[in-house]
Amino acid sequence: MAHPRALRAVAFAACSLPLAKLGVDAFSGGLGANPVEAILNRLGFWTLTLLVASLAATPAHDLLGLSWPVRVRRLVGLFAFTYATAHLVFYVAVDQVFDWRVLWADVTKRRFMVVGFTAWLALLPLAVTSTDRWVRRLGFTRWKRLHRLAYAAGALGVVHFLWRVKADRTRPLAFAAVLAGLFLARLPAAVARARRIRARAQPMAARPRPETATRGRGAPTST
Amino acid sequence: MTRNRWTPDLREADVTPEQLYLRRRSFLALGAAGAVGLALPRRARAEGPTGPALPVARRVEQAGGETPTPWDAVTTYNNFYELGTDKGDPARNAGTLHPRPWTVAIEGEVKQPQRVDVDTLLRWAPLEERVYRMRCVEAWSMVIPWVGFPLAALVKRVEPTSRAKYVVFETLLDPAQLPGERRPVLEWPYVEGLRMDEATHPLTLLAAGLYGRPLPAQNGAPLRLVVPWKYGFKGAKSIVRIRFQEAQPRNTWNRMAPDEYGFYANVNPEVDHPRWSQARERRIGEFFRRKTLPFNGYADQVASLYAGLDPRSLY
Repeated sequence: MAHPRALRAVAFAACSLPLAKLGVDAFSGGLGANPVEAILNRLGFWTLTLLVASLAATPAHDLLGLSWPVRVRRLVGLFAFTYATAHLVFYVAVDQVFDWRVLWADVTKRRFMVVGFTAWLALLPLAVTSTDRWVRRLGFTRWKRLHRLAYAAGALGVVHFLWRVKADRTRPLAFAAVLAGLFLARLPAAVARARRIRARAQPMAARPRPETATRGRGAPTST
Repeated sequence: MTRNRWTPDLREADVTPEQLYLRRRSFLALGAAGAVGLALPRRARAEGPTGPALPVARRVEQAGGETPTPWDAVTTYNNFYELGTDKGDPARNAGTLHPRPWTVAIEGEVKQPQRVDVDTLLRWAPLEERVYRMRCVEAWSMVIPWVGFPLAALVKRVEPTSRAKYVVFETLLDPAQLPGERRPVLEWPYVEGLRMDEATHPLTLLAAGLYGRPLPAQNGAPLRLVVPWKYGFKGAKSIVRIRFQEAQPRNTWNRMAPDEYGFYANVNPEVDHPRWSQARERRIGEFFRRKTLPFNGYADQVASLYAGLDPRSLY
């Protein structure tokens, strides 16, 4: 796991597996009697799974001292966005075949659809700004703040799933529990970090904070 | 390509069309429309109807001559939460349900209340094959050749009193046989009901078979209700109790979510489910959705039952 390229290759392969399985099943009858429904459900499931996995990287580092999840977080997050986009496009283009009356009603009348669509919208700027260039352009602090939207997207995705099921809430509630756990796991480190910053800021409270000023803008980079 | 209007003599399980159906939809599902020439070996899961042949007195085709949905799909894609909440669960868990010996209690406002063995009950009227459309509230549908007899025959035999306004159907409550009942996903036992005129309508079927064979467990063995102009959830499965009563019962799904599932549950493309449109449906085996018909295409036979009632209240 030491070699970063090998690590990324393994992560790429792992994230592609569900898609590959979908392809194999589609050709072998493994999607059952309603393949359209099966594909939608699987794409949605893997969106949430990968999104939650990408959110586990920071707690894995803070609590377990693991650094490799952080190194593949971007890749996993982009795969989550890929699955989310495939889920959305498949619904619009294949399930509903661009039936605009249905799609319009979905976004105006059906809250579970609104929530799902909003989750995808929340992921969109994260995918766009996922490059190193964008980290520099926004400055790390602002970039990081923006990317906390991933939590909102995860929560919206879970609500979308919860409101979608008819009666058996086991799976969406399992996602909700994991997401809540990951959020709580972040708290101790976040509190400690906030305390450190405050402690450092106090002696020089009168002066502008140099650390955030330079890091926040990312100005001194090239042009 | 969405039309499959075969002549009636081709509507029975005909192996070649079934395989073509399955193969077509599976590769369309990938959107690989260009791969027409591919000779794809389909996974060896297609099984024909199993079990001893039931004695069928006559056949009635009431699905517009459409080819029935393959046995394979009808028996592996099921909503029967008592055997699990995923579509494939009921077929996987089918072995836990023992449909014989089986006793059905007929009780309430009848002159002949009784507990009757299911095999005795099935001799009360000649068995017929009825090919019906089946429309699920989830916007998918099938064409199914059921075997059974009109519920009206049973109603007549047990002689309801003048106070009998509704018929209530109850599914077996036994978590050992129906392991899904161990979790409170719904209120168990599953309860469904019909108004007396709906129960005695000639289309309403008490079914014990499928494709000429006894019902598999996942389809509601040994005895289930089939009401083709209503959403599928009205068709109570694995029935152990038929009760006649004066008050309108509260059916299970209505208790669960009254704004989503009503008592009447008549198929109605005009009234959307709160979470999805009911205007179109996907016929299992077809790729594109087709229009849903009022009363699932049986309006000419049943619409008069609801004259004077606001159709929007009949979801």
